[in-house]
Amino acid sequence: MTSQIASQVLDPPQRPADEEEREPGRFLFSPWHLVLIPIAVVMLIPMVWMLVTSLETLNETRHFPPTLLPHTLRPGNYTQVLRQAPFARWFLNTMIVTVVTVLGNLLFCSLAGYAFARIKFFGREVVFVLLLTTLMIPFQVIMIPTFIIVKDLGLINTLNALIVPNLANAFGVFLLRQFFRTLPVELEEAARIDGASRLSVLFKIVLPLSGPALATLAVITFLWTWNDFLWPLITIYSPNTMTLQLGLTTFEGTHQTATNLLMAANVMSMLPVLLLFFLAQRYFIRGIASSGLKG
Amino acid sequence: MAQVALNNVTKRFPGGTCALDDLSLEISDGEFLILVGPSGCGKTTALRLIAGLERATSGTITIGDTTVNGVSPRDRDIAMVFQNYALYPHMTVYRNLGFGLRERRTPKREVDRRVREISTILGLDDLLKRRPAQLSGGQRQRVAMGRALVREPKAFLLDEPLSNLDAKLRVQMRAELKRLHAKLGITTIYVTHDQIEAMTLADRIVVMSAGQALQIGTPQEVFARPANLFVAGFIGSPAMNLLRGRASAQGSAETEITAGDLRFTRPGVPDGEIIVGIRPESLVPVPADATDLAHPTLDLEVDLVEPLGEQALVHGTVAGSAAQSGAEEEQAILTEAPSRAPVTAVLPAAGLPSPGDRVRVRAAEDRIYLFSAATGDAIW
Repeated sequence: MTSQIASQVLDPPQRPADEEEREPGRFLFSPWHLVLIPIAVVMLIPMVWMLVTSLETLNETRHFPPTLLPHTLRPGNYTQVLRQAPFARWFLNTMIVTVVTVLGNLLFCSLAGYAFARIKFFGREVVFVLLLTTLMIPFQVIMIPTFIIVKDLGLINTLNALIVPNLANAFGVFLLRQFFRTLPVELEEAARIDGASRLSVLFKIVLPLSGPALATLAVITFLWTWNDFLWPLITIYSPNTMTLQLGLTTFEGTHQTATNLLMAANVMSMLPVLLLFFLAQRYFIRGIASSGLKG
Repeated sequence: MAQVALNNVTKRFPGGTCALDDLSLEISDGEFLILVGPSGCGKTTALRLIAGLERATSGTITIGDTTVNGVSPRDRDIAMVFQNYALYPHMTVYRNLGFGLRERRTPKREVDRRVREISTILGLDDLLKRRPAQLSGGQRQRVAMGRALVREPKAFLLDEPLSNLDAKLRVQMRAELKRLHAKLGITTIYVTHDQIEAMTLADRIVVMSAGQALQIGTPQEVFARPANLFVAGFIGSPAMNLLRGRASAQGSAETEITAGDLRFTRPGVPDGEIIVGIRPESLVPVPADATDLAHPTLDLEVDLVEPLGEQALVHGTVAGSAAQSGAEEEQAILTEAPSRAPVTAVLPAAGLPSPGDRVRVRAAEDRIYLFSAATGDAIW
């Protein structure tokens, strides 16, 4: 039944936490934890170190071995960052770029993904394969041609230079196409007989049922855009148009780096991503697991 | 409401499968027409062509007075109920029912009025706020019907609408469907593989096989005078018993027909190989020593009895060789001895035989069908 199929698509059955019954008197925890806990610690150390460094004096950051427990906490580093650099501006720029890029991807990848999933047109499969092959081209290869196009459009050193080339991408089209194809086609046929146009079908039937896929795409695009460094580095040079990732580098001098301030800025720039991660963890995992691509 | 016509419609899918082969049909205004046939016979394709979900390779389709070949589904003003209902899972019943009207920019108050009207007719008033996932199978089915009917379409298309319901509900919904059609009088085209649904609901039945209409007629006509072997084997449950036989005229007007033990005469049958068909309901038990030559008899060796209450299905074999109609759902799993042919009889429950018994049964001569072994066409 349609709604059952759809609800299976929307809420895949949760795996029971403990698949095998634990034998009494053996471990209180899964033996896997013996492996996972050390790995988690290794992963956490840089984060903790960053947090600690952001609260130290410059001198303390230069100790070797590094002090993981500072003698005094200096939250002043954070206010100093905000005073010393247009941090709020960078934050706003990054937010604008990220939000517009995410919305653009949701819209354009939906349109393209739907066309590839459901509309029969001449050369559809060929075009789709071509699109997929672009996923294999490293960014460094297309960086310069893209730069020239963006320059000719007169977008250099504007936020549009960061937004326009990234409004849609092949990965998003692929992800959504795959998801759209799993929705029961009868729903769309019923809607078309009911009088809906193709666009109506997409916006009123398909997208409302594609929450998980859209959330996955949004989360992945957010992460990519927020953390992008190379492209802003090439196209942006005024401090007022910089994004956070680019701004962070201004704390690195040629001869000296204010590591404590850099780390304080880093902590602040990571907060939205961390927040997003905690809110949307399952979509990260599903997106990476289902696409076989790293976020 | 309108009549619907298919004129010489052929549908060939990419890859060469021919789903419809030069099909012509006319459905008159207000008629309940049922397309029936085994899976893959093209009946659903015919329905999808009328709905506009597929395009005909050749031929024309008309709804009312307009040829609709190039017209998109939304502009055909037809409604369809899908086998799996295709209710929009993210909308409440109320919004599901009103979706078509809203898409056609019907004023809000009119949408509300018509949704409430149809929900009262179908007894959905208490369910309007629920989502499809919170409904039972029968309720979903009624919502799907309501969604189709609320638009007052020119024609109503149903693709196996009852096949997802359990047996008891199916019988109940079948009756409801018939009442609804009597009340609303909408031109209805209904696809099913269930010949009982076809018999009980239809004004006319179209028996389809391999993309062609083999016979079109009222349920009674199709049952009583099947045009060929396939229709004879498909319509009727349990299926007609078929035996290979011979017709030999021997120079007289009466042709002698033999099939195993069965022996009788009939005028005007051409010489040659024939197939003899007898419906299980036409077989009547007679005493074992009966030699009433007015009615040909068969000796049935019983191997299985299925009691149905008043009656029982008695399966067994008779002398002779079996024939296939081409409408069998499955090949027989246990093959009988080559010199024996399976026969099923519907016998009264009183005095039932048990497996291993021999029963003599007779068939009224005018209830025996003859088919040409070469073409499968009925010989009258």
